[in-house]
Amino acid sequence: MTVVKGRTKGLTDTRLTYCPGCLHGVAHRIIGESMEELGIIEKTIGIAPVGCSVFAYNFFNCDVIQVPHGRAPAVATGMRRARPDRIVFTYQGDGDLAAIGTAETIHAANRNENITMFFVNNATYGMTGGQMAPTTLPNMKATTAPYGRDIEDTGYPMRLCEILSQLEMTNYIERVSLLSPKDILKAKKAVKKALQYNMEGKGLSFVEMISTCPTNWGMDPLKAREWARESMLPVFPLGVFKDRAADEAKAKEAK
Amino acid sequence: MGKKVLMKGNEAVAEAAILAGCRHYFAYPITPQSELIEYMAKKMPLVGGTFLQAESEVAAINMVLGAAACGVRVMTSSSSPGISLKQEGISYIAASRLPAVIVNVSRGGPGLGNIAPMQCDYFQATRGGGHGDYYTPVLSPSTVQEFADMAPLAFEIAERYLTPVLILGDGMLGQMMEPVEFPDSYPPQLDPSSWALGARRTPDDRHIINSLFIDPYVLKEKTEILFEVYDEIKKNEIRYETYNMDSNAKTLVVAHGTAARVAKSAVDALKEEGVEVALIRPITLWPYPYDAVAEAAKGKDKVITIELNMGQMVEDVKLAVCGECPVDFIGKAGGVVFTPEEIVSLIREKIS
Repeated sequence: MTVVKGRTKGLTDTRLTYCPGCLHGVAHRIIGESMEELGIIEKTIGIAPVGCSVFAYNFFNCDVIQVPHGRAPAVATGMRRARPDRIVFTYQGDGDLAAIGTAETIHAANRNENITMFFVNNATYGMTGGQMAPTTLPNMKATTAPYGRDIEDTGYPMRLCEILSQLEMTNYIERVSLLSPKDILKAKKAVKKALQYNMEGKGLSFVEMISTCPTNWGMDPLKAREWARESMLPVFPLGVFKDRAADEAKAKEAK
Repeated sequence: MGKKVLMKGNEAVAEAAILAGCRHYFAYPITPQSELIEYMAKKMPLVGGTFLQAESEVAAINMVLGAAACGVRVMTSSSSPGISLKQEGISYIAASRLPAVIVNVSRGGPGLGNIAPMQCDYFQATRGGGHGDYYTPVLSPSTVQEFADMAPLAFEIAERYLTPVLILGDGMLGQMMEPVEFPDSYPPQLDPSSWALGARRTPDDRHIINSLFIDPYVLKEKTEILFEVYDEIKKNEIRYETYNMDSNAKTLVVAHGTAARVAKSAVDALKEEGVEVALIRPITLWPYPYDAVAEAAKGKDKVITIELNMGQMVEDVKLAVCGECPVDFIGKAGGVVFTPEEIVSLIREKIS
């Protein structure tokens, strides 16, 4: 018997602790595969947030640190400044990155730190049990918005790619989804490109992945994906928001 | 030793940190530590180091966490309100067993308080400061020279026990100029390659730094290990200075940092009047020299604690003396610093 396709070496053999149907596993796999394909597992340092993916240090096969809620971009800054020869990535959810860690996110991006930020957006706080996130959709119910998110009271969902792409120096910002095999292939491309830019020292690469939370949304996994496609994508449109390195290369060619 | 230079405490501690091999410094501006961050901004690029002004104290301490996790000598500094903001990160650094140095050029509080020198962060400094069951070694300088000498010492302690170390100065020590001498050599950094991130020695040597232990029995075990380290620190690192202890003084003064400096002058002045007073100055505030204070208090009629606050260290003095003799307190809030004359008359009042 020959092994045709195995688990990526970018992940450990540890069984994931995510709920059935959760897409964190997919996000982990495409990051693991990208690290393996780029040959950087041993020189990469990952940063696990607080939230469902807090245990990511058990899953990624690179060195990993688990850090305070929302502070991953600041920790990544310290790491990359201490070890410019290493690849540093953060892995954060929406509460971590877009609520408690907004300042760290925006300023790391504004400095165009040479780090890669993976942002898994499922419009809810998963681990603590489905509370309202900064990305929760208008009228969407959450345990702390039991009558649905009233945007007059709590604001509109925050769109991080749009915000960060306004900052002059940021290098690469793309929003992808994990909702179908086709989307996942696209997401993998973005993840790999982000890590490649990191290796080339191009500065901040930011990949937001639209994901689901079947458990807290109270849906089965397939329905959750369908709902995300119908409801989340109009608020969080997919696409490349910024690719400064590619734009500069194009401009050079045109000359 | 090199030649003597006249420097502010803030600059001297920064220079000493750089001489000791610190090449990473992250901080946020706050008075009265501004000369420290500005000195680092100027000097770090010249020695190939990293200076980064963070967006907040919270970010700065987390940058320290990141750099420390990679095994480099790293420092941050701030003043009281900023140190409060750093406490989350300090708790994580302590729990993650990482070496780092934090300087608090403390000021008046609570709240925004003022920018005058106060010792009102004693409780915060010596009781962990952040959430959870932990301590950080705390060094209290009383001269600019000592402030400078504590930078390499703090790195040494931090690396030997894998812990954050706090240097608790105050606005007076930070702003004051005194002659300082820097030694010619400094202790080399201990090899971090067995635990640091990005330091794989073999392909399977994956390093993880973590402070999450979801299983209560594992957290219990990890905390017990932490406290075994604290026992070692208590055994090896307690520091204090005694003054006029050989006299037949019936009164003992306990003071640290700037207050001890003023108290020392008062002890000299009282001696001239024929009044003998002994002084003990804790240099490590955690671990606290309980035994030394108890020993110094033996046979005394009275112990007087002098602090630039409303009475914080006095609780440790009472713990040390354990009811063997009365413990009195002289304090001042608001960042109003005593004059030696004031202390002399207050001590005279207390012992008459």
